[in-house]
Amino acid sequence: MAEEQKPATPPKPPTPAPAAPKAAPPPPPSPTPWESDLTRSLAEKFGDRITDFLTYAGQPYLVAAPDALFGIVEYLKLEADFDYLVDVTAADYPARAERFDLVYILYSFTRNERIRLKASVAEGYQPASLAPVHLTANWLEREVYDMFGIEFAGHPDMRRILMPEDWEGYPLRKDYSILKMDERWVKENLQIDSAQ
Amino acid sequence: MTAHSNPLPDSTFLDSSELVLNMGPQHPSTHGVLRVILKLDGEKIIGTDCVIGYLHRGVEKIAENRTYAMFAPYVDRMDYVAAVSNGLGYCLAVEKLLHLEAPPRAQVVRVIMTELQRIASHLLWLGTHALDVGALTPLFYVMREREEIMKIFEDYCGARLTTHAFRIGGLQYEVHEGLERQVKQFCGMFLPKLDEYEELLTQNRMWVARLTNVGVLNAEQCKQYGVTGPMLRAAGVEWDLRKAQPYSGYEKYEFDIPTRQNGDTYDRYIVRMQEMRQSVRILRQAVEDIPAGPIMGKVPKVIKPPAGEVYVSIEAPKGELGYYIVSDGSTQPYRLRVRPPSYVNLQSLDCMARGALIADIVAIIGTIDIVLGEIDR
Repeated sequence: MAEEQKPATPPKPPTPAPAAPKAAPPPPPSPTPWESDLTRSLAEKFGDRITDFLTYAGQPYLVAAPDALFGIVEYLKLEADFDYLVDVTAADYPARAERFDLVYILYSFTRNERIRLKASVAEGYQPASLAPVHLTANWLEREVYDMFGIEFAGHPDMRRILMPEDWEGYPLRKDYSILKMDERWVKENLQIDSAQ
Repeated sequence: MTAHSNPLPDSTFLDSSELVLNMGPQHPSTHGVLRVILKLDGEKIIGTDCVIGYLHRGVEKIAENRTYAMFAPYVDRMDYVAAVSNGLGYCLAVEKLLHLEAPPRAQVVRVIMTELQRIASHLLWLGTHALDVGALTPLFYVMREREEIMKIFEDYCGARLTTHAFRIGGLQYEVHEGLERQVKQFCGMFLPKLDEYEELLTQNRMWVARLTNVGVLNAEQCKQYGVTGPMLRAAGVEWDLRKAQPYSGYEKYEFDIPTRQNGDTYDRYIVRMQEMRQSVRILRQAVEDIPAGPIMGKVPKVIKPPAGEVYVSIEAPKGELGYYIVSDGSTQPYRLRVRPPSYVNLQSLDCMARGALIADIVAIIGTIDIVLGEIDR
């Protein structure tokens, strides 16, 4: 019964040490180089198209030139058994010249390994669609297009998927303001300046 | 038969072979608001187009405007029939970003809750799927057993559906008195009930006839479409993230990965039924040995993960559920991406439905086990 009274209080870590003293002794973790047979064969095959092989928190990833992505994914599928495209997504960094990070996550059933591919692309750049290599890329890339406005060249069906077809703007871009969209909507529909 | 040889005035109508039929979004067997545009040739489906997004709430955008702890309840609203699993995936991902692990006691409680949730999710699937195919009875049976799981959740954290059971770094609540007894009781009660469902369905001639060789997806196609979970295992691939890349201490438990070979709707039914039995096995081992100790790890009061990015995935009832989080060192995620199993699995609908009869489309949608809240997010 005494135990049942605990839920009322908020979670208390056993040692209430705030972040500052804890972070002081070890420096903030940073990516470390990733080296394996796979990285060597990739480096040999693609040379300077792959700029970095890194691991962070035990998770390997590589950074490549956007035009090399298709070739790398195809190579990984055919030669290294990375036959499952887990996810395609992106992140927006509006301050950068190449504002988007494209992220591909691949998995190999035989190796039981998961790797990530990253590439920076500028607005308007059309990366090659992976749909010819992995059928699952179809919807995943449609979602990236829907949310970030990155169009994929050679995609079989480049339409919005979650948002309505006539939607303006790309919601997951950092400069897409929820507040502005809301104000516009209430102005048009409720004839008031702001609902906030 | 050409138009010229046909004397009937409506020959052009008879000649046109393609019919476009709209199904949903308000259709009871689409499990939410899924709209499927069917292209038909007579009774045969020659193509489908899914229209989704009716439940889109912009969860990923919301995440960018909330702190890590504030966002945790939102994930329960994605796959709302397996809220605990969503929460586990999210907590594990943020813990990975923070470079910490939940204490052993919390991990075991997490396993118990997620396995209960897996059973609850599969039960709901079984009931609705059977209902779709025409068997009304199982729905009432599974709701009765699911209720027992809901009661355990309610006793543990006060909520039944969207539980928010876990916290980043461990658990908020110490387990309530009698959890072990409740879970043991449930396990003892549940296995005979499973036999009861199987008696109703497994050998039922109509059930077998409606499901066998319907919606076939072989192993190669599954991999092509990124299909995971019971669908992949029904196609003969022995792959389960709990075994392949164990998390939250799953490596400590003995359980099998049920597989089947044909990859049809019937095999997926068998796989899910056996998975529930395996979950009971895990539950029994887990409640026997809940270690003593703290339930929260050393989590700072303000969660501010160092800059970096991780992808963490778990075996949710429906397949691989992944969270890809980018931290910029602030209190809010810079980018949070959810890799929903239902979304990816639904894409294979077209492949499964092509060539099938229109009467089977409902069974094929049901067999994927989709939750629209997760697809649309």
